[in-house]
Amino acid sequence: MTQHSPGGLMIILGTFIVAMVLSQIPLPVILEWWRPEFVALSVIYWIMALPQRFGVGSAWLVGLMLDVLKGSVLGINAISLTIIAFLTLQMHKKMRMYPLWQQAIVVFLLVVVNQFIFYWFQALAGTSALGFTFLIPAVVSAVLWPWVFVMLRSIRRTFKIS
Amino acid sequence: MKPIFRGGLPRLSFFLLIIIALGLLISDYRGDSVRPVRSALSVVLTPIQWLVDIPTSIADDISTVLLERAVLIKDNNQLRSSSIVLERKVQQMMVLRAENIRLRELLNASARVDDTVLLTELIGVNPDPFQHQVILNKGSEDGVFIGQPVLDAGGVMGQVVEVSLYTNRTMLVTDGRHALPVEVVRNGMRAIALGNGSHGELDITHIPDNADIRKGDILVTSALGERFPYGYPLAKVVSVLRDPSRKFMIVKAKPLARLNNSRYVLMVGSKPPVLVGVQEPINSVPEEEGQP
Repeated sequence: MTQHSPGGLMIILGTFIVAMVLSQIPLPVILEWWRPEFVALSVIYWIMALPQRFGVGSAWLVGLMLDVLKGSVLGINAISLTIIAFLTLQMHKKMRMYPLWQQAIVVFLLVVVNQFIFYWFQALAGTSALGFTFLIPAVVSAVLWPWVFVMLRSIRRTFKIS
Repeated sequence: MKPIFRGGLPRLSFFLLIIIALGLLISDYRGDSVRPVRSALSVVLTPIQWLVDIPTSIADDISTVLLERAVLIKDNNQLRSSSIVLERKVQQMMVLRAENIRLRELLNASARVDDTVLLTELIGVNPDPFQHQVILNKGSEDGVFIGQPVLDAGGVMGQVVEVSLYTNRTMLVTDGRHALPVEVVRNGMRAIALGNGSHGELDITHIPDNADIRKGDILVTSALGERFPYGYPLAKVVSVLRDPSRKFMIVKAKPLARLNNSRYVLMVGSKPPVLVGVQEPINSVPEEEGQP
């Protein structure tokens, strides 16, 4: 618990790089609203699993990277990811007890918060929103959560990251 | 970790981080002060953009390998014949250009200079549906600058909005925040083409009810914005709606550039002091040489 292997850090970083690549892969126009928020899902998982190592500060940094990668106004993703990181940190003990489908509901709400913050600021910066389509990613993320969770957990167990 | 920090530390750092992020957000929104931060970070993140591009380029390579000989020969013949047609046009162009220069000299008008061109490859697309942006693989190392026009074989694609060392981000003309001064080729009428955020459509705004614009008209850049050189084709008018209850006509146009599937694009250098001596010979193609 106390000693942190540097290898573990690389693995966590690796999962974030994969998540960022997945969030950038071009999709056909019809599917572009159906992209899950992979980075937000990874942030939620790592905070739930390792709250003593991965906290709001790391989430903030990841958000800043995502801002640069997406070309959005600097700080939008940092804010939204920090907020959902903070919320997850507050209830990570409860969330660990939930069955997967119940976790998925919480994840849905967290991603909804993420999307709301992101598109509010996006709208302030000058792009208009189209109804509630921006909530589709939250649904897709929640549906995908059990798989993401199981996969990241098996990664964490294989490399014994704690 | 001591349990005593559980309550206080995350909350404090949470508020601090939010405040720093808000500060970044405001300064990025209000001005250029955080641009160095952004371009430094995007140099670090360039490998991720390359990673994103790998599947596409592999698919491209595979489809090249799998192409049949017959298809290749057919393609080759087609290209050869189109090259002959183009070369003939270039021959005419030389005479026309010489004539144009003479006439301009007669009129004491300033001569139009040929633009230098940089061949660039598209390596990424912005996944955010609200932003029509692409990432191209030339950066400030290659002399790319903010505001540089980007074209493909069909016409104007957009302009550079962000430059890092090895890549740049180009806003497409269909982005909701893009506007471009244009003129109608047929009669020289000036207008402004606005992106409206939907793919493959531009709004031509503030056209008075009695103006002469028709379906099928070609719009070219008018250079009035002082960013794009004069005369590159932008779009074709697809619908003109005269509504007596409105002050202006509703005119829609379709971009001539293939915004969604061009992989190789051209960046036009209309800022010579920056470009001189920076381009590599392989990448720079003089615009009107017909050599394949």
